Amino acid sequence: MIETMLKLSLILFSITIAIAVIRIIIGPSMPDRVIGLDMIGVNLIATIAVISIILNTKAFLEAILILGILSFIGTIAFSKFIERGVIVERKHDR
Amino acid sequence: MKTNDVILRTVTKIVVFIILTFGVELFLSGHNNPGGGFIGGLVLSSAFVLLYLVFDVETVHKGIPFDFKKIAAFGVLLAVGTGVGAVIFGSSFLTQTFRELHLPVFGNTELATVVLFEAGVALTVVGVVVTIILSISEDV
Repeated sequence: MIETMLKLSLILFSITIAIAVIRIIIGPSMPDRVIGLDMIGVNLIATIAVISIILNTKAFLEAILILGILSFIGTIAFSKFIERGVIVERKHDR
Repeated sequence: MKTNDVILRTVTKIVVFIILTFGVELFLSGHNNPGGGFIGGLVLSSAFVLLYLVFDVETVHKGIPFDFKKIAAFGVLLAVGTGVGAVIFGSSFLTQTFRELHLPVFGNTELATVVLFEAGVALTVVGVVVTIILSISEDV
């Protein structure tokens, strides 16, 4: 029972990632693409967690943490580039 | 244009320490588990990149007054120095050794000289990655 549920959730996560890829390709504006990339990151984290439940191992937990960190920093960098046009500022103006 | 990013700054001040702790943990667990100097250095440099993203370059340089090029050079020197040290003791280049010691608090601990080599690799990665990010982001 639980095996079936886990495999079904893997299939649903794959469909979600495919939909997010479609949104990144055709997305009308840049914020749509950034949100799509963040959504792919979150769904990859969930997929890795479900796979580590299925395989009954703890070896992938560092991969989950690193994906979370990189997705966070990437989303911040993209949104700052969209909003201000510069990523690392020389001197903050205030 | 005056921007309001209080939430981002407040979150970053906490998250940077979590990332630094995770980087050190990856660096120390590299002997028998996934990890090591290269990945630990990459995670540490991602923490510095997050600081540079949220705050500006001058503020971060006021808080962290290191020259990252010198850190990279010192890391290479440390990594090569462990190899040359093996030559001085009469074995071939980059030979690593370990010894079981009985420390007062930790009990029987295995001390290996490969930790010094990995520390050199980690310092090199941190210096090179931060230098690359700062060089790319300049001159906009």
